[in-house]
Amino acid sequence: MATITLTDLKKLREDNKESENIHIIIGMGTCGIAAGANKTFDAFLDEIKVNNLKNITVKPTGCMGLCYVEPTITVKTSGQPDIIYGNVNCETACKIINEHIVEGKLVEGHIFENPAADIVNTENYDSDYKQFRIVLRNCGVIDPENIEEYIARDGYIGLEKALFELSSDDILNEVKKSGLRGRGGAGFPTGFKWEFTKQIESDQKYIICNADEGDPGAYMDRATLEGDPHSVIEAMMIAGKCVGADKGVIYIRAEYPLAIERLEIAMAQSKRLGLLGKNILGTDFSFDLEIRLGAGAFVCGEETALLASVEGNRGMPIPKPPFPAVKGLFGKPTVINNVETFANIPVIITKGGSWFAKIGTEKSKGTKVFALTGKIKNSGLVEVPMGTTLHEIVFGIGGGIPNGKAFKAVQTGGPSGGVLTEAFLDTPIDFDSLVAVGSMMGSGGMIVMDEDDCMVDIAKFYLEFCVEESCGKCAPCRIGTKKIYELLDKISQGKGELSDLQKIKDMGAAMQKASLCGLGQTAPNPVLSVIKAFEEEVLEHINDKKCRAGKCKDLVTYTIDQENCIGCTVCARKCPVNCIEGAIKVAHKIDQSLCIKCGACFEVCKFDAVIVS
Amino acid sequence: MKTIGIKINGKPVQVEKGTTILKAALIDDIKIPTLCAHDDLDAWAACGICVCKIEGSSKMVRACATEVMEGQNYITHDPEIMDVRRTVLEMIISNHPMECLTCGRNTTCELQDLAADFGIRDVPYHADVKELERDESTPSIILDPRKCINCGRCTIVCQQLQNVWALEFLERGHETRMAPAGGILLNESPCIKCGQCSAHCPVGAIYEKDETREFLNAVRNKSKHVSVQIAPAVRVALGESFGMEPGSIVTGKIYAALRKLGADSVFDTNFGADLTILEEGSELVDRIKNCGLLPQITSCCPAWTDYMEKYAADMIPHFSSAKSPMMMQGVMTKTYYAEKIDVAPKNIYTVAIMPCTAKKYEITRDDNMWASGEQDMDLVLTTREFARLIKSSGIDFDSLEDEKADSPIGDYSGAGTIFGVTGGVMEAAVRTAYKLVTDKELEDVNVYNVRGMDGVKKGSVDFDGTEIKVAVAHGMVHVEELINEVREAKEKGEDPPFHFIEVMACRGGCIAGGGQPYGTTDEIREKRIAGIYSDDEKSVVRKSHENPEIIQVYKDFLEKPMSHKSHELLHTTYQKRPQYAK
Amino acid sequence: MQTTEEYKITDALASFVEKWREKPGNLIMILHKAQSEYGFIPRKIAIELGRILDVPLAKIYGVITFYNFFKLEKPGKHNIQVCTGTACYLKGGIDIIEELEILLGTGVNTVTDDGLFSIESVRCIGCCGLAPVLLIDGEIFGKLSKDDLPKIIADIRDR
Ligand SMILES: Cc1cc2nc3c(=O)[nH]c(=O)nc-3n(C[C@H](O)[C@H](O)[C@H](O)COP(=O)(O)O)c2cc1C
Ligand code: SF4
Ligand code: SF4
Ligand code: SF4
Ligand code: SF4
Ligand code: SF4
Ligand code: SF4
Ligand code: SF4
Ligand code: SF4
Ligand code: FES
Ligand code: FES
Ligand code: FES
Repeated sequence: MATITLTDLKKLREDNKESENIHIIIGMGTCGIAAGANKTFDAFLDEIKVNNLKNITVKPTGCMGLCYVEPTITVKTSGQPDIIYGNVNCETACKIINEHIVEGKLVEGHIFENPAADIVNTENYDSDYKQFRIVLRNCGVIDPENIEEYIARDGYIGLEKALFELSSDDILNEVKKSGLRGRGGAGFPTGFKWEFTKQIESDQKYIICNADEGDPGAYMDRATLEGDPHSVIEAMMIAGKCVGADKGVIYIRAEYPLAIERLEIAMAQSKRLGLLGKNILGTDFSFDLEIRLGAGAFVCGEETALLASVEGNRGMPIPKPPFPAVKGLFGKPTVINNVETFANIPVIITKGGSWFAKIGTEKSKGTKVFALTGKIKNSGLVEVPMGTTLHEIVFGIGGGIPNGKAFKAVQTGGPSGGVLTEAFLDTPIDFDSLVAVGSMMGSGGMIVMDEDDCMVDIAKFYLEFCVEESCGKCAPCRIGTKKIYELLDKISQGKGELSDLQKIKDMGAAMQKASLCGLGQTAPNPVLSVIKAFEEEVLEHINDKKCRAGKCKDLVTYTIDQENCIGCTVCARKCPVNCIEGAIKVAHKIDQSLCIKCGACFEVCKFDAVIVS
Repeated sequence: MKTIGIKINGKPVQVEKGTTILKAALIDDIKIPTLCAHDDLDAWAACGICVCKIEGSSKMVRACATEVMEGQNYITHDPEIMDVRRTVLEMIISNHPMECLTCGRNTTCELQDLAADFGIRDVPYHADVKELERDESTPSIILDPRKCINCGRCTIVCQQLQNVWALEFLERGHETRMAPAGGILLNESPCIKCGQCSAHCPVGAIYEKDETREFLNAVRNKSKHVSVQIAPAVRVALGESFGMEPGSIVTGKIYAALRKLGADSVFDTNFGADLTILEEGSELVDRIKNCGLLPQITSCCPAWTDYMEKYAADMIPHFSSAKSPMMMQGVMTKTYYAEKIDVAPKNIYTVAIMPCTAKKYEITRDDNMWASGEQDMDLVLTTREFARLIKSSGIDFDSLEDEKADSPIGDYSGAGTIFGVTGGVMEAAVRTAYKLVTDKELEDVNVYNVRGMDGVKKGSVDFDGTEIKVAVAHGMVHVEELINEVREAKEKGEDPPFHFIEVMACRGGCIAGGGQPYGTTDEIREKRIAGIYSDDEKSVVRKSHENPEIIQVYKDFLEKPMSHKSHELLHTTYQKRPQYAK
Repeated sequence: MQTTEEYKITDALASFVEKWREKPGNLIMILHKAQSEYGFIPRKIAIELGRILDVPLAKIYGVITFYNFFKLEKPGKHNIQVCTGTACYLKGGIDIIEELEILLGTGVNTVTDDGLFSIESVRCIGCCGLAPVLLIDGEIFGKLSKDDLPKIIADIRDR
């Protein structure tokens, strides 16, 4: 198709509204594919062929967010409510065709009704549903590799308005009115950021999408890009129109091949339609978009490091000010926003800033997507209005802790954040409340821990991450992360002293103040918050040489209860270092001098005879 | 210049727009501690020692990298800031080998100074010194990565001031180190041995190869006649090591000190410089008169010649074949002077006191450095090594009486002395070339348009109706511009843009060489330069060709500039070299 | 492992370089391409790229050694990337690595003697919902337990 006009675009939108067919939509994000969605997809096609069925469309979509029951599919039949099935392997796929489609009977045991209704809620903010989707509005609904589907779901209306109805000041006003704050972590008001760049005279300005998503345990941006790449592309153009930039760069981590591929496809499609490129929709607005890959450096999520990386250099941060909004890529004014921030923009422009501002809390507007992982039943992606409590997410949407274990803590903000105990579960989620209780929003990783997790070990994990990811430029961060890590390691080996805690606090304070960039400034947060919230447990490690969770190997001994052991020999056969002795039907014994504390014996003993202490 | 009003610790001060907090505080006599900042470089903001507060913000900012803003109040010292700085310093020290007594920077070390100022008595954090090997591969400088505090100066100097890129930040986080690319030694890298990294390193992680023992062994060896020369730039900087003002001229004291140290003859590289001018000047005149290849480019800086051989080998034919003053002085010592005093060249041990680490490399750079039949120069000591030699030998430098250099290759003209500054070789050459071309003497010997600190200086001199176009570059990064101009003209088949180009690798010329006393900044460069020009002005003879000893040498020995003998002894060749030996 | 193989700029790399030559800041993209061609970045290729792009070799090494993704040593034919991001760590990612080390008889970041496998620890591949996960040749295996590993290895070995 040649470059389209506004009328063509509007027609395209109408033409592609849903047809009468039955739709089987398969979640095919990275997560779904990893769980076998490709095979499920083929199984559906085969079974449809075998049964010689007509008028059924099988199509891929992005994540629905129900990672714990991937592969997931939605069956849409006009006039009937959508049905979401989870754990759909080939066998279940056949069943769904034969029973649901052919016989009109639901397939029991695979339906995820509540979340299903929950997650497709993009319309009624005031409903009883816990979730509300703005960012993920198209994820799990449209085929991300088909621009027409995006257009049909009001895609590119925002761009239309930005090009034909609104002045650049109007756009800015809508964004400001919306109260949108950056979703990359710091929560800086997006409207102000755009305004800085807009105000500056420059021959060249840039829009950058930060899709580096380095927080380990978070994948909101990946899911958004895999499920709805056009929303980000559209938003970047709106931003470009607003601030006067005609070049955009999406900086995406190389670990996300599928997101990169879908972005490339989406960009090619919008280029083909003339929605991206020169003289968009016949206007004098042009926008050139390019993908640049990260290469495995968490620090490159930091703005100035990101810029250095896009410029082809080592990703070492530089001091701010000057801020990128004023002096950014190749020295030119540059707007840098996070994927999720951008994904909100088309909706804000389409529905208006005041519509958006109605959602959320006073100072944090809209929704927030979280990647809910760790010791949680329903791990997956959730999108909730700001102000939802942690409790609602963890125990409502997340279904609580699996295996009957007790909740211990939830961590937000990744390596920059902190742990929150049960006492803080009623905290409403917004930027300021989380900071007030000693954590932070971060980009949206939410990791749940249960009684089996040791908080010293968790702190050590985050510090180790920061040791590896520190760029090494500045002394406080380069040295501090390593030293604190080593002190934690010492504590976890039972060699800690009380004075070590003071050292950690002193170095932590110096790092927070004297580190050059956010990485070093926030790297001590996890450990400081653990020391504060779990002081008792930390002191146990130091004073009593005890790890109550049994995670710190040096503080743990495995012994066999001579009463309970029936001498089944399973543990002896499983022990990798052969340090369990005992004849069949005779109680076994562990040679402590050889035991490497791998825990294998504990795992395999069916008679609770192996004791961890 | 627009000034703005700010406050330093509540006290109003007016500063120029664009001033950093660090500089603004100095106006109120407040010194904020620093470890990575250096006046020659843009702030890299690595160490975190200089943190300050802006009133109203809980964050701390780096004083070295933050420009002041109208109306703000900057807090440079309060209990929290001082604690943070101390903790950062303690962290740095805990990762640093405490080897001050055996360290090249003992008593001149910026980290040591800070530790002293902060009164660090013990370090609470566990020691963690990296186990990395020393790199002693070059004849000039040694890298001791264990002592590196990752301030970044060396690498930025090597890349941004010198454009060599021998050093780079490698790895990241705790593993970060400054080294040549890919597990090779410095000598296998493009390093040009300029030593600017060592001059900028705040600690003893990069330092000149110390060869003072070799000197002592030589003077203790009775069978050796030790002949020492001193470079132009040494005389205006050495005094700094003895508490004198930069730019103080201590030539006479140096001669005296050398004799006390046991030198058998004391000469001056400035004589060699005069000789260089006659050879190089004649070569230039020859090129101009006989349609030779122009421009001619100076070759007396060994770091520059090394750079050219690796990075701009197409310029080789433009190079003056004249050796550097030091090498000329050396070969004259082992031939002409050896004959005079009737000592076999092999029994003469030649030493040069140089501002330069590259000179240590130059003395063995190729076969031409054995023109006398022996190694023409046996040893090069930098100014810093020389200062230590004087101190360890119990010489009270301050109170030494001025002495004179020996004859017949010790006397020098003002032209010889200005070799030590950027533009000096050019100016000296002009003074002589004018005479050679026009057969008249230059009225005013001062050639102002090649002086000063601009990285590239272009000018022209009226040679009695003929316009001679000259250009000067100093600081290796500036040379590219001139070379490209030459290349472009060549490609287009145009006349060469210049007749003569002077290049010195170090910013400001040899007065700011890699072997000079520490702490060189533009302010100090200016003072040393002023010292050099005053030495020139004080000279009775200010043109090389009027130096009576030079006239004598040609009469007795060399016949005339560019003679067969000169070519054998005083000229050399250049060849393309790979940037990476591996 | 010291490699004696000779490396030449492949046609694909050459044409990629041409496409990107004029774009500022192209180095990282070009290194990605180079690594996808050779599995790592041989010194010879780094030197060649430096020459073609007129970028100092030192800078190329500075970049390669900064980013975890780029390798200077040849990895195994099948590089097993085990996630040790937060979610995977909590769910036993370290156990997976330890088990693999036992199974393959090699440590992290080293290659098995037959050159078939190498193990690498990576920080999150965005499949945290399926933690713990690993990635081999672009294929993700999720909800792993130690017992799944022998079969996965065997299947890959047979490929
Ligand atoms: C160490 C570090 C890592 C970061 N990583 C990311 C990231 O992966 N993605 C992101 O969007 N922002 C990240 N940020 C925040 C960005 O620097 C920046 O604030 C953000 O992209 C701005 O976009 P926003 O205003 O839309 O949030 C990181 C910051 C730091 C200090
Ligand atoms: S704080 Fe850490 S990551 Fe940031 S610049 Fe300093 S060393 Fe690099
Ligand atoms: S913990 Fe591991 S090493 Fe120790 S006895 Fe049990 S199986 Fe053996
Ligand atoms: S597995 Fe349990 S019951 Fe069996 S031998 Fe081991 S300790 Fe005893
Ligand atoms: S570098 Fe400085 S602090 Fe370190 S050992 Fe040498 S003199 Fe002492
Ligand atoms: S300063 Fe202290 S450590 Fe150094 S030599 Fe003197 S007494 Fe010894
Ligand atoms: S001596 Fe000069 S070229 Fe060599 S590493 Fe130092 S600064 Fe670079
Ligand atoms: S070697 Fe010296 S100049 Fe270079 S980074 Fe280390 S401390 Fe700084
Ligand atoms: S300018 Fe002088 S001091 Fe510097 S390298 Fe050249 S000769 Fe040596
Ligand atoms: S469902 Fe796709 S992220 Fe899990
Ligand atoms: S002197 Fe400012 S950060 Fe080092
Ligand atoms: S933490 Fe392992 S995939 Fe994210």
